[in-house]
Amino acid sequence: MDIDITTSGSPVRLVLRGALTIAQVSGLTRRLDTIDATAPVVADLSGLERMDTAGAWALVTLRTRLEQAGQSLEISGASDQLVSLLKTVTDALPQPETEARHPTTLRTRIEAVGKAVVQTAQFLLALISFFGLFLARLARAVRHPSEFRLTALVHHCEDVGLRAVPIVALMSFLIGIVLAFQGSSQLRQFGAEVYVVNLLAISILRELGILLTSIIVAGRTASAFTAAIGSMKMREEIDAMRTLGLDPAMVLFVPRILALILMLPILGLVSDVMGLLGGGLMAWVDLGISPAMFVTRLVEGTDISHVAVGMIKAPFFAVIIGIVGCHAGMQVQSNAESLGRMTSSAVVTAIFAVIVADAVFSVFFAQIGM
Amino acid sequence: MNQTPENSGREVAIRLRGIRNQFGSHVVHDDLDLDVYRGEILGVVGGSGTGKSVLLRTICGLQTPSAGTIEVLGTDVRTADEDTRVDLEHRWGVMFQDGALFSSLNVRENVEVPMRAVAGLDPHLRSALADLKVSMVGLPYLAGDKFPSELSGGMRKRAGLARALALDPELLFLDEPTAGLDPIGAADFDTLIRSLSLSLGLTVFLVTHDLDTLHATCDRIAVLAEKKVLVTGTMNDMLQVDHPWVHEYFHGPRARAATASADELAQTGQKER
Repeated sequence: MDIDITTSGSPVRLVLRGALTIAQVSGLTRRLDTIDATAPVVADLSGLERMDTAGAWALVTLRTRLEQAGQSLEISGASDQLVSLLKTVTDALPQPETEARHPTTLRTRIEAVGKAVVQTAQFLLALISFFGLFLARLARAVRHPSEFRLTALVHHCEDVGLRAVPIVALMSFLIGIVLAFQGSSQLRQFGAEVYVVNLLAISILRELGILLTSIIVAGRTASAFTAAIGSMKMREEIDAMRTLGLDPAMVLFVPRILALILMLPILGLVSDVMGLLGGGLMAWVDLGISPAMFVTRLVEGTDISHVAVGMIKAPFFAVIIGIVGCHAGMQVQSNAESLGRMTSSAVVTAIFAVIVADAVFSVFFAQIGM
Repeated sequence: MNQTPENSGREVAIRLRGIRNQFGSHVVHDDLDLDVYRGEILGVVGGSGTGKSVLLRTICGLQTPSAGTIEVLGTDVRTADEDTRVDLEHRWGVMFQDGALFSSLNVRENVEVPMRAVAGLDPHLRSALADLKVSMVGLPYLAGDKFPSELSGGMRKRAGLARALALDPELLFLDEPTAGLDPIGAADFDTLIRSLSLSLGLTVFLVTHDLDTLHATCDRIAVLAEKKVLVTGTMNDMLQVDHPWVHEYFHGPRARAATASADELAQTGQKER
């Protein structure tokens, strides 16, 4: 590219030679910006080999600038193709418009906080009404058993329960080992190693067994529910169901949530047993507490109420996970991004809600002295 | 656009010889030959499953044929080294069916993506040029700030076209440009492609089902059938072909309607002149 600008005299002469493409446009605009809009400009393009829209844009921008200052740009020596390109670019030259920007003031910030609070409240209300819907459909299923999807329930029980057994069992076993090991090294300092059995029993049976199981299930199942229902929503399958007289709540939600309610206590029990097994093994290896001794201490030192406290929580956690997962699935819109977003948000919400509920239960049981 | 048109229109932009594509035992193309001339708009038609899109993907290098040579703008695509291929990719633009915009970028940033490969281009110039492209495909200025998920199907296609045109390619590949558009939007798009190809001197390879698009935009038509390009020629040539599928395609009730409306347009155009 070769640019000659002769500023002496009027009009200013601008001679362009060579190629004028997007690769040269930065240099070109820098040179063109030096032209003062005080005199008309004549541009000679006869030596131009190539020009693309970027080059044409630079010339058209110059012309606009000159015309705004009351001057003009005359183009000479351009081929027909260049003329038509210049015309296309002139016609298409965007008119920048800006949307009115709202400055951030104290008022808008307070407004944002208020909106967030209202949205959270609406989300909670939506979850509660979803729970209500589930109960209503469950009651309907009891009155009209023919509408209930038994096959779907069994399928989801397998998916939610049976297939989760290996990971839940392994996790609890390892947690038991860790607890026993860490507990024993602390208790050994004042010669109370044998109390490691009580430590294991109470922490696993009351809290850890069911809580960790629920967290795993929330990650595994809530996301699966959201993804399955969300992709059906995306492909308008849910709308198709409605037009065919099928109730999505009865067909999709009831079997899923019910399967969770049935399976989570069983998974919790598996987790308890495996946790104690792992702890017992560690106690035997590390502290020399024999299995018989372990069992004796376990039965003597642990009240059945600990198991009850743990197990009572299971159905509540199951409902939370199921409702959150199904509700998030129904919020999916017709694009793939919202499916991914809702799936991850379902997992986060479900885990968070389970932990909050666990904290509430702890306070509750402490108050009633269990 | 930038070349001196020697024996104008007959200079070959894309030359395919003996292309064979197969998926497992399913042969899509066998010994397929096709020439696309510089500056023309070639429409590729064919029944479902005849491999129209596969052919487009083959030329752009997204699908490797099991045999045959592909020559694009004088370069053998299959034997070219890495640098030559990258240079070549800057000389063509592809518009996919639903625009294939990057969902994490807004429209302006999408159009800027190919421009980032240009060394020494100022960021504010780049965004100004992106705005120009957005406006050239007929999108409003504020559409540049929108994300693909906020656009309608027709706007996404236009934005995809803007991205394909970002570097002023010599060759433009369009995959079903009017599929899923309403008739008015489709007619607008046909006009847009025609006028852009004229003013930018584009060579266009266009895959379509739409008979109105064939009438309104294409200089030449290639029919894919029986695993090869069965016949190429203008619309009038197509009407003379005896092959049952081709005959059915260009003489069916929809084809008659499209021909009638194209004739009507031509007549009113003459009257205005």
